Amino acid sequence: MDYQNLFTQTQVIGPENHGAPINEYDMRERTRGIGFSYLLGKLGNAQLGPIYLGRLGVASLICFMTAFVIIGFNMLAQVGWNPIQMVKQLFWLSLDPPSPKYGLRLAPLSEGGWWNICGLFLTTSILLWWLRTYNRAKALGMGTHVPWAFAAAIWLYLVLGLFRPVLMGSWSEGVPFGIFPHLDWTAALSIRYGNLFYNPFHMLSIFFLYGSVLLFGMHGATILAVGRYGGEREIEQIVDRGTASERAALFWRWTMGFNATMESIHRWAWWFAVLCPISGGIGILLTGTFVDNWYVWAMHHGMVPSYPSTNMIDPSIATPAFTPAIQGAK
Amino acid sequence: MAMLNFERKYRVRGGTLIGGDLFDFWVGPFYVGFFGVTTLFFSFLGTAMILWGAAHQGVFNIWQINIAPPDLKYGLGTAPMMEGGLWQIITICALGAFGSWALREIEICRKLGMGLHVPFTYLMAVFAYFTLEVIRPIMMGAWGHAFPYGIMSHLDWVSNTGYQYLHFHYNPAHMIAVTLFFATTLALSLHGALVLSSTNPGAGQTVKTPEHEDTFFRDIIGYSVGTLGIHRVGLFLAVAAVFWSAVCIIISGPFWTRGWPEWWTWWLNMPIWQ
Repeated sequence: MDYQNLFTQTQVIGPENHGAPINEYDMRERTRGIGFSYLLGKLGNAQLGPIYLGRLGVASLICFMTAFVIIGFNMLAQVGWNPIQMVKQLFWLSLDPPSPKYGLRLAPLSEGGWWNICGLFLTTSILLWWLRTYNRAKALGMGTHVPWAFAAAIWLYLVLGLFRPVLMGSWSEGVPFGIFPHLDWTAALSIRYGNLFYNPFHMLSIFFLYGSVLLFGMHGATILAVGRYGGEREIEQIVDRGTASERAALFWRWTMGFNATMESIHRWAWWFAVLCPISGGIGILLTGTFVDNWYVWAMHHGMVPSYPSTNMIDPSIATPAFTPAIQGAK
Repeated sequence: MAMLNFERKYRVRGGTLIGGDLFDFWVGPFYVGFFGVTTLFFSFLGTAMILWGAAHQGVFNIWQINIAPPDLKYGLGTAPMMEGGLWQIITICALGAFGSWALREIEICRKLGMGLHVPFTYLMAVFAYFTLEVIRPIMMGAWGHAFPYGIMSHLDWVSNTGYQYLHFHYNPAHMIAVTLFFATTLALSLHGALVLSSTNPGAGQTVKTPEHEDTFFRDIIGYSVGTLGIHRVGLFLAVAAVFWSAVCIIISGPFWTRGWPEWWTWWLNMPIWQ
């Protein structure tokens, strides 16, 4: 079996790399300590560190830790301050948003107030981290593509926890902090608004999610497959095309009649990945605010297929308790 | 002519798995090969079957077309053409086309002196399809457990199958798969953005180097996996996402028939909590 370039077979430890220089003031913030990991070296670079701390990074970490600790102590309080119960029930525990009766007002701490405070710290932490990515890119004289991709994810996060609750007029619409509870929230939202699969922006978001995985499968595999021609030296291939780029391009041209270039594949990648949270955020923002039932919406637009009768009685029609809801849907 | 200016020297004979020189030619940008012919055959036949089914039902609304698998009463047998037989033929055509496509990719890799990473990755996706449409229905004893061919109808199938297990998000393999899907998309956005930010640094700036890329990620998170490593990471994440998707559906039905939230009681019932 040939060497397939999946792992590095021979590791060469060179001198520590302290990174491209930035201005002297900034250099103070870059740590000196550098480590090497043999296992990481099997996959990629063996070098660990240095890291740039900086005021934004430290402030962001403090805010994140505050949010993390608020969630942790709320969960601990829910199990009577019993750490063993905390571990046992960890996946089920939740820091929930306030109940609907509080609307957009601040609820007592124990009834959802902590959720708002936690969200404030988490959001601050994320926004500070965004500024950090922006500043680091600028300091190195690079483009700002990473911070703007990050901003797309922040858009979805803010829609879920801030924009949609505000439009709906209640913090209770926000997502709870918890492993199973946030999954419950997702399922409940879908059921409440008539199945999110019928939401066209959800469809687009899933399309870009699967498309991103497809693209990374294709791109990662292509680059590894032309690794013997130096395909992973992408920047060099972009400014001075070599046989690795040519073979990679021709592979796809001969396979599907179309090819990207070494640069444009990264534009495809960036847009697919970024459009996933952007379209997803639009879909969530419309749910409950402008569209009450995506199934009815899709029915209205002639998208819903009809199925042969199964002669089974639909429990949602047969159960009297559900009748008002059915009438409401009309 | 559909040839790139550097393409002619790469268009050489050989590398075929079957058929020798017979199908060793190009049509426009496409390489043909023996498996190009079989791909075309299966694709046209399968698409024609879908159109036939749509015509028979009188449904040409692209969203509503639905070619359903046979009713459960047919078990693993063959069904009449308009009661699932079409679905069975289409499934065979799909697998024929997917298999041909993978073998054609292998031929092209051999021609270009490339590794077989792309066909392997593609076969993982085919494996997930095969799991959904063949392995799981066979394990459950009826083709009726497979998903139908239709844009909205396959979404309905996913919805209904999910709710059969009460709440599919609690399926542990589904959790892993979704996490991998998100992680792959995150990694793709970071990789695409990093390369673009190095090669498009803004007016008046020079193009940056991989050293800048490493420095950027080390500054941000203290580690940069590197130009080769990121493609290994991305490929692994993408393949693993698809693999765990196949796992999450194969365990639903053949190995677990109750609600997925209930599965987690093993954790709550562990003796260490006593």
